[in-house]
Amino acid sequence: MNWGSWQNFLAMGGYGLYVWGSYAVTLIVLIAEIAALVMRRRGAIERLAKYYAARRRNDET
Amino acid sequence: MSKSGRFSFFYFSSPQSFYPLAGALQPWFAALAAILCAVGLYISFFVAPTDAQQGESYRIIFIHVPAAWMSMFLYLVMGFWSGVGLVLNTRLSSMVATALAPTGALFTFIALWTGALWGKPTWGTWWVWDARLTSELILLFLYIGFMALQSAIDDQRRADKAGAVLALVGVINIPIIYFSVKWWSTLHQGASVSMTSAPTMAKTMLLGMLIMALGFWMYSIAATLARVRCVILERERNTDWVAAEIGAQA
Repeated sequence: MNWGSWQNFLAMGGYGLYVWGSYAVTLIVLIAEIAALVMRRRGAIERLAKYYAARRRNDET
Repeated sequence: MSKSGRFSFFYFSSPQSFYPLAGALQPWFAALAAILCAVGLYISFFVAPTDAQQGESYRIIFIHVPAAWMSMFLYLVMGFWSGVGLVLNTRLSSMVATALAPTGALFTFIALWTGALWGKPTWGTWWVWDARLTSELILLFLYIGFMALQSAIDDQRRADKAGAVLALVGVINIPIIYFSVKWWSTLHQGASVSMTSAPTMAKTMLLGMLIMALGFWMYSIAATLARVRCVILERERNTDWVAAEIGAQA
């Protein structure tokens, strides 16, 4: 498939809005999920570190 | 390994031994997903020809069909592990079911979204309340319901059980989605790929779609493994090994 130019590629034969709207939202959703997973792991590690620190303080008193 | 030293299938059914395994496998599935999606996208846009009837709008198929497949397949896997957790009371099974739900819901959303954007130019409407679209929307609600129900119940074991029952009842919806285009008259076209008849698509179109489907599959495994590791840490926080793991991380 030879598109000839970037303009043709972006136009998608007049269906650019639909095709790129589909691919863009899919990409955004997947990137958002990856970001959410990274943040969830960091958050869990941070929260648990605090939790264990509090537990240790409790044990000492 | 079991205590006797022999390899046991059930070794990895404990969260403690599955956690490092998931961590070791996850990057490989993520890399496979990236490679497959890159190759799939290249075929989708630069190898597959223009469709004779639909022009370029058909290129939505390369994400629409794989996402729709994953939305149904992930639900079946979620139902399976929910059932195992319910019957055998294995904690890890329920954790895997929990970890699958958000990724399944996202692929359901992608299937619906890309379907709407494909429906507008081909059918002239974003949405119709027909059997295929409605049952896929119900699938999204099932995923959301599963997640909401699990997080609404404080007692983890009861949350797992309630979620598992919901997930298992919802499995009925999967054959309804799949066969809806046969059972009811609908705007939606029939199955893109059939086991019993020769492919109706150009070979490169079919190839692009299958590679994208494999890419989404590998992505789903990578995302689920990453999420189940978070779930394990959160739920097993009162064990010594998680405390040691966090001590090494923080």
